[in-house]
Amino acid sequence: MTTQLDAPPAPAERTAARRLTTRVGRFRELGIVVALALVIVPTAIVNPRFVQPQSLRDLALNASIVALLAVGQTLVVITRNVDLSVGSVLGLSAFLTAQHFADNPGTPLVAGIGFGIAVGLACGLLNGLLVALGNVPSLVVTLGTLYVFRGVDYALAQGEQVNAANLPDALLNLGSSRIAGVPVLVLITLVVIVVAAVYLRSYRSGRELYAIGSNPEAATLAGIPVAKRTLTTFVLSGLVAGLAGALWVARYGTVDAAAGTGLELQVVAAVVVGGVAIFGGSGTVAGAALGALLLGTITSCLVVLQIPAFWQQAISGALLLSAITVDRLLALRLAKALRRTEGTSHA
Amino acid sequence: MRNLLRWETALVFLLVVVALTGQVGTDGSFLSGGNLFYLGLDIGEIALIALPLTLVIVAGEIDLSVASVLGLSSALIGWLWNAGWPLETILPTVVVAGALCGAFNGLLVTRLGLPSLAVTIGTLALYRGLALVVLGDTAVADFPASYTAFGTTPVPGTNIPYPILLAAVLAVLFGIALHASSFGRSVFAIGANEEGARFSGIRVKRVKLSLFVLAGAVAAIAGIVYTFRFSSARADNGLGLELAVVAAVLLGGVSIFGGRGTLFGVLAGVLLLGGLRNLLILQDTSTEVLTIVTGLLLLVSVLAPSITRRVGNLRKATP
Repeated sequence: MTTQLDAPPAPAERTAARRLTTRVGRFRELGIVVALALVIVPTAIVNPRFVQPQSLRDLALNASIVALLAVGQTLVVITRNVDLSVGSVLGLSAFLTAQHFADNPGTPLVAGIGFGIAVGLACGLLNGLLVALGNVPSLVVTLGTLYVFRGVDYALAQGEQVNAANLPDALLNLGSSRIAGVPVLVLITLVVIVVAAVYLRSYRSGRELYAIGSNPEAATLAGIPVAKRTLTTFVLSGLVAGLAGALWVARYGTVDAAAGTGLELQVVAAVVVGGVAIFGGSGTVAGAALGALLLGTITSCLVVLQIPAFWQQAISGALLLSAITVDRLLALRLAKALRRTEGTSHA
Repeated sequence: MRNLLRWETALVFLLVVVALTGQVGTDGSFLSGGNLFYLGLDIGEIALIALPLTLVIVAGEIDLSVASVLGLSSALIGWLWNAGWPLETILPTVVVAGALCGAFNGLLVTRLGLPSLAVTIGTLALYRGLALVVLGDTAVADFPASYTAFGTTPVPGTNIPYPILLAAVLAVLFGIALHASSFGRSVFAIGANEEGARFSGIRVKRVKLSLFVLAGAVAAIAGIVYTFRFSSARADNGLGLELAVVAAVLLGGVSIFGGRGTLFGVLAGVLLLGGLRNLLILQDTSTEVLTIVTGLLLLVSVLAPSITRRVGNLRKATP
């Protein structure tokens, strides 16, 4: 939608078209912010304590792990792929990280988290190799590895769990400490979002991801190393899921083999609500992270408004459907408008 | 020779291997009538839902909301039963509700042109959410034994569970619809090349819509089966079943891109997964092995065609 690989149009048209697409792109993220406000403001009016710092911190903290996974997923989805294995990668990384810390007392914090990231990276590498070299659909591959990674997780855990008592204080503090009032986990998530956003926006290989998602054949013809880039996105998605797994341990303390089960669909939902097109070629990590925040905020608001939690899932579903419907209608209008600008310049 | 390389053949071979090793490994109890009855009960819902889902995937779409429709139909059964409706009225109502859920999916996909993957992830949450709204976290269990017997006893004089009888009848109907009717030809045509199908006069939108309606209706029937099998109507019945069904269909050799696949392969896939699971339980093996095997089989099923193609290319290249 935002990146097309058609022949370059004349400068005048291009600026007009580009202005239009950026305006729509900005409008998209603005839309989520407006939706966030629509959810937060009435809740705050009913219960002013909802916008107190502590409550807002919890809100951001609860959304941060899904937001992290959504960032990795965005990279994959932009290239017209999907990674359904993120929940299982998170689970495997969380359990192995916790076990690593418990078995090796005195492991430095960074080394332990690095271990979790390495687990995720290995999983992502396997996904990426299967998709890029096997040349098979990512939906099926990652559905397969969703089962494999979770099965390995259960096999390694043998029904055991790692308790917070066996984990170093440094790790558990990471889950609860704050810098300038902002929880550290949220800061880490923000750093990952910014890095990914800069990569997608300003680096050649980042821009190439959009080209691949817009039109894989054209991207190949344009000399973009499609297989290599696809592999990279899966490795990055695995890496981020590994980090999320390590942070999961820091946040929850007690970990068994079931951590993160079923998270994959929540993450895909957040990404889609955040305006990333499921068939690739458009979307931003900021949007995806905002999508995760919106879905998390709705859950908290229902609690505050004392609406039965049973409504939460129905509302998330309805929200996802309205988000893709609005996107579709906008895209249709945009296409019409673009055709019109082209028409006038030819006349 | 080409037929020997077909995925369905490999599946049947695997099935025979599983049956034989099972029979030997369990001293003959694996293929006993009693065990086959439980095996049949265990795969009933997956076998049912896999039938329409095969058609949906062959047409190049996907429906991830089926397990939520199952849950919603189970919750509706409980809710309406509590409201004093007779089961004779409840069951048709629930099937119609399932068909409406499918129609909603289908209309969003065909009329608005939205991708079915995103739509049905949305309705996966929506329908499961509605099930929770209808029934909350309570369970309704006081159904008359004359109905729950359908979920727990075999057809008199046989070891065939009623759900499997139902699935077998539907499998014949779906098999004829997909492989021996003009409707089935158009489903394949749409999956292979939607544009081409439209230009050859196939009513693409109408066919796709009908497939989603079928998927919804059959998922609701699976919800009825599930409810009576466990004598319990709950909103979280069948949670997460969608990935198991999709895995079974893809394992059966149906291409995720559409246009390719057989109902026979899918039934073999369902049986293979069910048989493995049953065998592992009989041998007290932990179910994580099954999870790993499911994943690996799925990977092999997609990698196999790609590998055979490469080997074929190599052979062509060397004189």
